[in-house]
Amino acid sequence: MKKVECIVRPHLLEAVKTALQEVGIVGMTVSEVKGFGRQKGHTETYRGSEYKVEFLPKVKIEVALPDELVDAAVDAVLKTAKTGKFGDGKVFVSALEEVVRIRTGERGEGAL
Amino acid sequence: MTTVKVRRLKRVAVAIVVLGALCALGPLALAEEAAAPPTPESNAEAIALVQSHADYVWTLVAAFLVFLMQAGFALVETGLTRAKNAVNICMKNLMDFAAGSLAYWLIGFGIMFGANSTGWFGASSFMFSDFAVDKDPWVYAFWMFQVVFAATAATIVSGAMAERTKFSSYLLYSVFISAFVYPVFGSWAWGGLYKGGGWLEALGFIDFAGSTVVHSVGGWAALAGALVIGPRLGRFGKDGKARAMPGHNLVYATLGVFLLWFGWFGFNPGSTTAANKDIALIAVNTNLAAAAGATAAMIVAWLFLKKPDATMMLNGALAGLVGITAGCANVSPTSSVVIGLAAGTLVVFSVLFFDRIRIDDPVGAISVHGVCGAWGTLAAGLFNAEGTSLAILGVQLAGIAAAFAWTFTTMWIFFKVIAATVGLRVSAEEEVEGLDFHEHGNDAYAPDAFRTLPGDAAV
Repeated sequence: MKKVECIVRPHLLEAVKTALQEVGIVGMTVSEVKGFGRQKGHTETYRGSEYKVEFLPKVKIEVALPDELVDAAVDAVLKTAKTGKFGDGKVFVSALEEVVRIRTGERGEGAL
Repeated sequence: MTTVKVRRLKRVAVAIVVLGALCALGPLALAEEAAAPPTPESNAEAIALVQSHADYVWTLVAAFLVFLMQAGFALVETGLTRAKNAVNICMKNLMDFAAGSLAYWLIGFGIMFGANSTGWFGASSFMFSDFAVDKDPWVYAFWMFQVVFAATAATIVSGAMAERTKFSSYLLYSVFISAFVYPVFGSWAWGGLYKGGGWLEALGFIDFAGSTVVHSVGGWAALAGALVIGPRLGRFGKDGKARAMPGHNLVYATLGVFLLWFGWFGFNPGSTTAANKDIALIAVNTNLAAAAGATAAMIVAWLFLKKPDATMMLNGALAGLVGITAGCANVSPTSSVVIGLAAGTLVVFSVLFFDRIRIDDPVGAISVHGVCGAWGTLAAGLFNAEGTSLAILGVQLAGIAAAFAWTFTTMWIFFKVIAATVGLRVSAEEEVEGLDFHEHGNDAYAPDAFRTLPGDAAV
């Protein structure tokens, strides 16, 4: 089992979600997050004074999935979340030791 | 029961009601015939009564509209400041009206509108003490209209001193201005509207609805407060440059400006305190000046700050409203547009100017109310529809100067005394963490999930 975390542009969430569903992912957790990478921040003005916005809004998608789906899932994210400009985000893939479904107590891949 | 039966029953019921009504009205119709025929005198009396009722209704409806401006101020000030101080600024607005109403009832109204032998302050009509004498409830309607004005002047300051003032000290300020500072100046310019009479109105000072009496007084008090308390932590960098502290909800701020604009239709047209045809021109002038103010501020911000900054546009609408308040009854609609355009331009540069000299006014209250109030008062003389003269302008300038000298001096001393005794400013720790938690123990936007109560676990 693997955990895939993707940081993507907020307006592309819908496209990424649909593509992941087509791959066969049945559940995900989404959060609004802020951060910076190579895109850096930008400068805004308020009442004539400039200020820097260093943490830009992104969306984080977390999915737990069986090993055989990982490549297809990453491809789906790459296809839908890429614009080619700084700020497209990242995909983190990590090993997942255990999954437990709280309602039934099932463990392992059966709980995914 | 069939529908036919129901219909029949309904018809019977209607017939009974109609018969009953006829029986009841019959004796009345007879009595009317028996009464004396109307005379020119009785007709005049009846017409005067209708007019007097209309005056009451208009004055009170206008007062209720002006009351809504308190909500407008609360939203503007909350929206233009940070989320951690939202409860505090809302409660300052609430208590301005609550404590201010009591202070104005106890002392303020009597100073402003009581019998005035010197021209400098009134000294009767405290707590409606003259009500029983003539049994005329007009004083109630008039007081209601005046108390919302007093509260408007008071609440202007809360925005300029936002995010760093001790709540308890603010309450002392609120009572002081409503009971004393605002009424004394008001007695000079408006005392004659009731039982008083002041030296400024004797000179012919034009300030129909209070560009100076209400707005400049609030604005100069705000200047004194912002000067004495100093800027918010981090507002000016080590290089002396202003750093932006964006407000947390520009939707609130916008809604607040709409409410203020709406309330101003009571503020200016209601200042006739009479139901007459003047209110049409006054309403038109009020609206055009606000529209011109917002438009001018948008253009100026676009040209000089690169983008049409929302907060400047909001300030611009208010600047136009403050600017037309003095002259709304004695200038033409075209002049109102000019007055509004100038106010909207002035307010942007004024905000930048106060930033430059490092006076921190989070909402622009000093610029909107102080500066544009002074401009509006001058404009009321300059654009006077019956012509202007150096004498008229001289009186207008005297009024502007008197408002500044009186308000700024008394309020500066007051804030200094507060700072030296009970303290004016919260601790640095409290300022950083927010006044909501430290002053009130509240949180404006606490998510339910993170607020656990004893016993929740059992559910």
